[in-house]
Amino acid sequence: MTRTLFEKIWDAHVVADLGDGAALIAIDRVLLHERTGGVALRSLAAAGHAVLAPERAFATMDHVVDTRPGRGDATVMPTGTDFILSTREAAREAGITVFDIGDPRQGIVHVISPEQGIIQPGCTLVCPDSHTCSQGALGGLAWGIGSSEAEHALATGTLRIQKPGTMRITVTGRLAPGATAKDLALHILSRIGSAGARGMVLEYAGAAIADLDIEARLTLCNMATELAAFTAIIAPDAKTLAYLADRPFSPKGEMAELARAAWRDLASDTGARFDREERFDAAEVAPMITWGTSPQHAVPLGAEVPRAADPARDAAEAVDRALDYMGLVPGQALRGLPIDAAFIGSCTNSRISDLRRAADVLRGRKVAPNIRAICVPGSTAVRMAAEAEGLHQVFLDAGFEWREAGCSMCFFAGGESFGPQERVVSSTNRNFESRQGPGTRTHLASPETVAASAVAGRIAAPAELGDA
Amino acid sequence: MTPFTSLTAGAAPLLRDNVDTDAIIPSREMKTVGKTGLKDGLFAGWRYTEVGGREPEPGFVLNRPAFAEARFLLSGSNFGCGSSREHAAWALAEYGFRAVIARSFNPIFRGNCVRNGIVPVALPQDAIATLAQEAPEAMTVDLVARKVRAASGAVWTFEIEDESRQMLLEGLDAIALTLLRRAEIEAFLDADCRRRPWIYNEATTGTVN
Ligand code: SF4
Repeated sequence: MTRTLFEKIWDAHVVADLGDGAALIAIDRVLLHERTGGVALRSLAAAGHAVLAPERAFATMDHVVDTRPGRGDATVMPTGTDFILSTREAAREAGITVFDIGDPRQGIVHVISPEQGIIQPGCTLVCPDSHTCSQGALGGLAWGIGSSEAEHALATGTLRIQKPGTMRITVTGRLAPGATAKDLALHILSRIGSAGARGMVLEYAGAAIADLDIEARLTLCNMATELAAFTAIIAPDAKTLAYLADRPFSPKGEMAELARAAWRDLASDTGARFDREERFDAAEVAPMITWGTSPQHAVPLGAEVPRAADPARDAAEAVDRALDYMGLVPGQALRGLPIDAAFIGSCTNSRISDLRRAADVLRGRKVAPNIRAICVPGSTAVRMAAEAEGLHQVFLDAGFEWREAGCSMCFFAGGESFGPQERVVSSTNRNFESRQGPGTRTHLASPETVAASAVAGRIAAPAELGDA
Repeated sequence: MTPFTSLTAGAAPLLRDNVDTDAIIPSREMKTVGKTGLKDGLFAGWRYTEVGGREPEPGFVLNRPAFAEARFLLSGSNFGCGSSREHAAWALAEYGFRAVIARSFNPIFRGNCVRNGIVPVALPQDAIATLAQEAPEAMTVDLVARKVRAASGAVWTFEIEDESRQMLLEGLDAIALTLLRRAEIEAFLDADCRRRPWIYNEATTGTVN
């Protein structure tokens, strides 16, 4: 019988059949962050449950931790320090490894897990965070859960799950120069909508996916939650195996041999059946930008704000509301729209390759006057690698702030934010109302588009900038 | 967790699509390291006249006297999208909501509802339109029969998996339920250690301090 990549992983993790399509599934790795980790661990302890396998759980400080240079436990977010202290203490008590402030392994959970080799092909990994789907780029089944489920996974080493359906998106062809994995993610969102993969395990396949390096695959899979998918996954290939060789927590020696042999057999069998299939041509993907308050509100950068809502996807009033919030009118050009701020960071686009591409745009250029521009590396390791290459100097010389690693202004938690009605071009994943600050208007784009827009002072693609 | 069998109560219509968890409970309202103290932050961005304030926005549905006793929330498609924060379900439950009736749900949010005694009921657009028209008149969510009954008598059946239904009906704690299978879990781990030793190998796991 032919099986998909997902089905192979599922079958290998069934502890017990719970009937009606549900199963008790073994969880190999649990990741926690300070926003929800402390709550889950404390609630678990209060209920008298121990953590079954603390050595297979990891915690990091990313969500509320400060990202201004010279940070400590103090946070701009009121009460943020409580989250840091309680997670640190609860994780230590439970015997869970913490990538703490000051630890070179610290960073955004979905950036450090691949970087440290914690996520591996064929494993199951959960984290109380919706962007856990990013990590499927390495060929593991990684998905976001709620806090109660995190407690369940910690206490029992398992989760009770309804088996999700399967969907394959095959992307043929090649991305044109200037088009990135972020643009591909926004392109797909604009075509199939924010519910386009609801509840499905979404496998990305095809020549264009094989072409992407691992960091680009992480960017693509990151936005699967924006499609309401259960998660995304990409079959491990030679690039995956090369990426995972010699990571701190990846298998070594004889264990690595065994693991690699198993990983090579994971790919979906030829002829395996998916519940749904979609196809895209990478050559059609242009640099993208969002105009509204849902990631599906994306168009090519040179396009206009749509004149009519797609009734299958958006009620007319929802579009009116989005445009009103964004301060835009139908038919308006997006290119050239004046901006107030630019943000490069988040688990979508804050890895070293993202920073290199943005720095290529910024080298020898300056951010336009009165634009607040911020770059936040996704992990301390990324920051250190960037500094070793001198990238930080490129950002600083251009007029960007250069930060410590963390989620930072990807989301507003009562701490730092952009201002009301301020227009921000951002390399993040969510343009929801008030996501980056009360009333803040977010336009999602690739890091290079963010960099170019910061220089131009208006929404712009790198190709539009004059000679540096 | 309070069991849910059948309840007749008023419904509050919030007929928007893509109501995300940050709208349900803004991140800035999650101030304490715990699961409680969230009900005042529920829909804070829409419910109050200003950010961080507590002056009710008179137009918002939950502030209208007719809906003060509502125990059901009516909404559009993709309800609970965005961040996986369970605080959204905790805030809804603490406020007193026992069911959300929407066209569709984000899968993580839907699971969070079940674990916190809130019934996620997916119904088609016309059913929600009818219920919204009749709101705040009392309607019934009957989880035993998997049915929703409007005040006017219209009835719709909804789908919910057995496992979720059982947990809601009996107010079961999933952890306690799973720990009954401890022997099966141990047997799995024993066998899996031989099948996939690298998962359990000390080189790939964290240090137990
Ligand atoms: S960077 Fe943003 S989207 Fe990613 S985990 Fe942090 S807050 Fe969530």
